[in-house]
Amino acid sequence: MSHHIIDFADVHFRYPDGTEALRGIRFRITHGESVGIVGANGAGKSTLLQHLNGCLLPTQGTVTIGDLALTARTRREIHKKVGIVFQNPDDQLFMPTVFDDVAFGPLNLGLDEARVRERVDTALAMVNGLSLRDKPPHHLSAGQKSAVAIASVMAMEPDILAMDEPAATLDPRSRRLLISLLKGFTHSKIIASHDLDLILDVCRRCIVIGEGRVVADGPSEEILTKRELLEANNLELPLSLQKR
Amino acid sequence: MTFDERYFAVGRLDRLSYGRSLIHRLDPRVKVVATLLFLITVISFPPHEIVALLPFFLFPVLLLTLGGIPAGFILRKIVFVSPFALTIGIFNPVLDTRTVTVIAGLPISAGWLSFLSILLKFVLTTGAALLLVATTSFPGICHALRRLGFPPLFVSQLLFLYRYLFVLAEEAMRMTRARDMRTFGRRGLGVAVFVRLVGVLFLRTVDRAERIYGAMLSRGFRGDIPMLRKFRISFGDLAFLAAATILLGAFKFYPVTEGIGRLAQGVWP
Repeated sequence: MSHHIIDFADVHFRYPDGTEALRGIRFRITHGESVGIVGANGAGKSTLLQHLNGCLLPTQGTVTIGDLALTARTRREIHKKVGIVFQNPDDQLFMPTVFDDVAFGPLNLGLDEARVRERVDTALAMVNGLSLRDKPPHHLSAGQKSAVAIASVMAMEPDILAMDEPAATLDPRSRRLLISLLKGFTHSKIIASHDLDLILDVCRRCIVIGEGRVVADGPSEEILTKRELLEANNLELPLSLQKR
Repeated sequence: MTFDERYFAVGRLDRLSYGRSLIHRLDPRVKVVATLLFLITVISFPPHEIVALLPFFLFPVLLLTLGGIPAGFILRKIVFVSPFALTIGIFNPVLDTRTVTVIAGLPISAGWLSFLSILLKFVLTTGAALLLVATTSFPGICHALRRLGFPPLFVSQLLFLYRYLFVLAEEAMRMTRARDMRTFGRRGLGVAVFVRLVGVLFLRTVDRAERIYGAMLSRGFRGDIPMLRKFRISFGDLAFLAAATILLGAFKFYPVTEGIGRLAQGVWP
């Protein structure tokens, strides 16, 4: 498929309290690309991700996913294309058991029972979570919760995967597992994070956001080695590139 | 008890329901129906009835034993909510002073009888509800209610209650901890701080609800939570329901206590 394109054209967003979170974001992500979105706290990363599937709608400018412009009417179609893993897994896992939660999306897509079960098993196997199947989410560790949250999105088989700070609550080993998992996905990926090493590992391209605008956009190896650029945006060189 | 300990006590009732006993494995629908029948039968007795209520304690005792549920734990829970029943019944002895009978020279008034009857019914009904929760997984109860024709909206609310009770409690626990660490003596523990704490908790909950709703929408939510769980009523389930119904009927319409008394008198004249 050639049209998993994400296009932000001059996207502005203002919160009801008047905060201007996005002030003319402009970029285009083509099929199969992996893109890291980095920036200081409050730069607009999370707001931007919320625009990917219509949780928020731009106050000005257009977001195009595939061949659909994002509007209140196309939101439902776009939900099928873009899977978002939110920052806090507790917000994502709302069903009483892991199985029910992962099955929630596929059931809403109207799949029959056998297909739903198959999708749940595949998605859980992908994140090494088959043994968690019947557990209630409130008894899982943070790492398990985030694994299940990813499975719950993967079970929808989205064309595009977006993640907000996926590794923030993970211990180093779970983080490693997540990185190898992400490398295995052939989807288009968008990852917003402060974990620059993760971005460097997983994403070919990197976009720096500052005060609601695109500050820099280019190959990760290039962007993440520019010390001045990074420091101007409250970031620093990835640890793996810092000399001790 | 500190907040932390209370929180773990809530979790305990939930953990009991993960058991694998005979009672735990019964179909949730059967248990819900049996509990409802039990509640209705117990409540249907007239306000001064005491003797006929006693046989009903057989049910909680059986469930406690077969389900491996610690009796002390359930009793403490009942005592914890008992003020409600006590306030409802406490004025009966004062309001209704007709003497009904005299036992060992003490006149017993109708008010005391009805007070005692209220307490017995209260212990039986709350006990039954707690035992249902302790022997059945909460999602199981919700699925059962849904299958039994309860409105989907109501069932979704219950599911969310269960899912986010613990999240909310943890949030409150973290806030209480943060407050306690910075309070010294009595300062900071007053109502004013408490009110603000509750206010912040409310705002956070609203924010969270919005995020959750967003997550639900992105996975295709359209107002109904679909369920995928097959229940199969087994012979054991039917046998349980039949036995419960027959016993309940017998206790309701046949004076069992009197019968046992007669029998005892017959054996030991």
